[in-house]
Amino acid sequence: MRSDAGKLSLILLMAPFALWILLLIVLPQLGIGYVSLREKVGPGQFTFGFGNYMDFLGEPIYWNTLLRTAWMSILVTILALLVGFPVAYYIAKIARQRSRAALFLLCLIPLWVSDLVRAFGWIVLLRETGLVSGALQWAGLISGPVELLYNDVTVVIGLVYTVVLFMIVPLVSTLDGMDDALLEAGYNLGGSRFTVFRRIIVPYAMPGIVAGCIITFMLTAGSYLTPILLGGKNSSWFTEQIYNQFITRYNWEAGATFGVLLLGFTSLVIWLGLKLTGQSLATTVAKD
Amino acid sequence: MYDLRCDSVTKRFGSFTAVNNVSFDIPSGSFFSILGPSGCGKTTLMRMIAGFENPDQGDILIKGRSVLKDAPNKRNVKMVFQHLALFPMMTVGENIAYGLRCRGDAKSEIGGKVNAVLDRVGLPGVEDKQISQLSGGQKQRIAIARCMVLEPDVLLLDEPLGALDLKLREHMKIELKQLQHQFETTFLYITHDQSEALVMSDNVAVMNAGRFEQIGPPKDLYENPVSGFVAGFVGDSNRWGGRVDRMSDGTAHVALDGGDSVLATPGAGGLGDNREVEVFVRPEAISVGRGAEGCTLSGTVDSLLFNGANSRILVRTGTGKLIEVADQAGVSGVNEGDAIDIHWQGHRALCFGKGAA
Amino acid sequence: MAQANKSPFLTFVYRSYVTIFFLYLVAPLLAAGVFAFNDSLFPALPWQGFTLDWFFNDTEPKLGMFHDERLLRGLKNSVYIGVIVSALAVMAGTCNAFLFERKQFPFKNALYVLMVVPLVIPGVILGISLLVFASMIANGIDAATGVNVKWLRPGIPLIVLGQFSFLTTITSLVIAARLQKFDIALEEAALNLGASRSRVLTTVTLPFLFPALFSAFVVSFLVSFENFNTTLMLVGSDAPLTITMYDRVVKVGSTPVLNAVSVFLMIASGSLALLSVLIQRKKD
Repeated sequence: MRSDAGKLSLILLMAPFALWILLLIVLPQLGIGYVSLREKVGPGQFTFGFGNYMDFLGEPIYWNTLLRTAWMSILVTILALLVGFPVAYYIAKIARQRSRAALFLLCLIPLWVSDLVRAFGWIVLLRETGLVSGALQWAGLISGPVELLYNDVTVVIGLVYTVVLFMIVPLVSTLDGMDDALLEAGYNLGGSRFTVFRRIIVPYAMPGIVAGCIITFMLTAGSYLTPILLGGKNSSWFTEQIYNQFITRYNWEAGATFGVLLLGFTSLVIWLGLKLTGQSLATTVAKD
Repeated sequence: MYDLRCDSVTKRFGSFTAVNNVSFDIPSGSFFSILGPSGCGKTTLMRMIAGFENPDQGDILIKGRSVLKDAPNKRNVKMVFQHLALFPMMTVGENIAYGLRCRGDAKSEIGGKVNAVLDRVGLPGVEDKQISQLSGGQKQRIAIARCMVLEPDVLLLDEPLGALDLKLREHMKIELKQLQHQFETTFLYITHDQSEALVMSDNVAVMNAGRFEQIGPPKDLYENPVSGFVAGFVGDSNRWGGRVDRMSDGTAHVALDGGDSVLATPGAGGLGDNREVEVFVRPEAISVGRGAEGCTLSGTVDSLLFNGANSRILVRTGTGKLIEVADQAGVSGVNEGDAIDIHWQGHRALCFGKGAA
Repeated sequence: MAQANKSPFLTFVYRSYVTIFFLYLVAPLLAAGVFAFNDSLFPALPWQGFTLDWFFNDTEPKLGMFHDERLLRGLKNSVYIGVIVSALAVMAGTCNAFLFERKQFPFKNALYVLMVVPLVIPGVILGISLLVFASMIANGIDAATGVNVKWLRPGIPLIVLGQFSFLTTITSLVIAARLQKFDIALEEAALNLGASRSRVLTTVTLPFLFPALFSAFVVSFLVSFENFNTTLMLVGSDAPLTITMYDRVVKVGSTPVLNAVSVFLMIASGSLALLSVLIQRKKD
């Protein structure tokens, strides 16, 4: 009798999970896969094949955009790690107890402010009539207004800004769990700063590093607002291509193809990252 | 009249038998303990009585009626959990009223009952406190009050003193016994701490590897253990392995491993033809000096362990055995290194067949 | 603390670095905020004096945000979407938490990974895939019965579904983390005291989970409110605030009213986040 009740509650709990994963995640992904293999030959008439993918390969603008998105995303991920790690270490290990909580909260505040507001802030700072340009003129360093928007450096700075918090949060939570005695033992056994960092701190923080990198990379490769607002209309970001195909040109077949390619590409990088570091998705991402 | 009766109860988890054919009954209003090492199945037994597990075989009767078909929330046995499981999101009063509300008592009566039970456990006026504001001993009493307000047929207590520090634990032992007298309810107490069981209980069952080894009043277990396990587990004992050389007048002459020869009385049930035995002698059965009858050994004082009324002399015999001898309040006046004789009477040494249950 | 032989110089360099980093963090937010109070038609220097016109003025050209019909409609839509999607995500997340913390079933680990996966799918892809899938169904129904199922076309219902698809992962993780800390003996104690299963759930388990349910709701609401990528692909005629603002930036260019909206959002989401932190603290 009791095991029947257990079975019933298992089914009841499983139902929302199954509906969610199946209807909103699995089937839609299969859906774009299906559409990407479809070619329009006439009104309401389709054939199936890899034609859309061939078109993608045949058009350098398309695959150049994907490659550009890819390497900029990797660059942004590495920069976010380099910029974020010392800050995370400071918050988790060096700051005193009370300022630690305050600093961590300070880190989280921009997280709750929309991407749009953040990008908008950069526009106000960096454009021709913006604060930085004004300040430089006032200081006499430049003679006329200077446009700091619409170049790759700005896009990278803006992207690092957008994602660095997602790097810091998992790093702080892993480093926080590290016992200071580990470091002291490392120094005590004669390690230099560098060996202690390389042999003790980095291995310990690895789950946090991997989690941070995965989320950062995924958010960067999938970002839309920052590259477009800071890089201008010709920022050639891959998500922009997807949007253009879907909404502007109403070419869903090509758009779906691009979508599958972006998803395949991000999944591949994440999978490689997990394999190389020996971590699993469930333990890294689900930790926070 | 028995409040609780277990009849050949067996519980298996896969191929592991946690509780093996256990039968016992508890007379109304008595304090019954189940004593055993961790993993012996006592918690499983208690969870079956409370209804959280179902036995594979056997029957459980409360006030003469089988409760196997009753869901846990329908049984009139209440349980004090190991870590008490007081609801942290409720006040003391709400914790105690919880069961009354579930039972559907009239709102107007609940307040009165809560106050009455708080008075009985000696904590009047704490009903508006948060659980986190209570001390360890107070939490204990609230956990008992929460059950007792429901007037259960049997109160189960699952090692509730385990989390307390030593001083408080000693104090709570006495208090629990008094509470049981006051409520006149049957208490079933499980513990791995033999002193808790001996001090509080009317009857104790010693449990080992899923079975009951012996059931009886504490004094009985202490003085007449039926097995080597009980002799070793209940109270302190010197314990030596050896072989029976010969029997005379019901007394065994045992050659101990490593030398020395002693007299010992076979425990209840006899030895059969078992020659390999273990000999148990309690430290307080041994006295300093030579004795006219019984057994005498000589050795040197290895060290003195002072512990008030529980002080011990450690004696090393010529063959290298260390023997614990009781030395109440250190009055014997011996010094480390002194040559010393010790003796005990034959009936105070018990022997049991090795490996037999 | 955990530094070997502290050198004052290195410590100073380290501190400065961290300070500069935090300046980098707040600079754009400050810049976006300050110009909401500048009495000028452009969010730029020079400073023309302090004003609250960009919030409260009711006439063009300095139409304040609280009199701007389109922004207000966007705000209303955002709140509406946020509340619905957060409520749904918290409910589904609670079920998932119980499913993965309490139940044993085949392929549990694989299904757990599947539960986490929506977090690592780019938002744009979640958006287009749902758009494509919903349209396929709607077209199918249309072809078979001639009925046009409106809610499967871009619009608020589809935005809710799109955001729900990844918010549920977040709520599940938050609630499961709290449920993991729950001592199962509390439920047994309640059962033992005579409570029915449903009573145990409502009087013991859910009150214990409440802080997690609340913060999962707040997090979902904030993430939904600021979501852009998924929403962009699914938006119909009723655009939420972020999309409305984005249109304004792209079509009209930046005006100080957008700075005002930014300030409003910062204050609103900041206080919500703070509230959730405080509740979490109090209950622990």
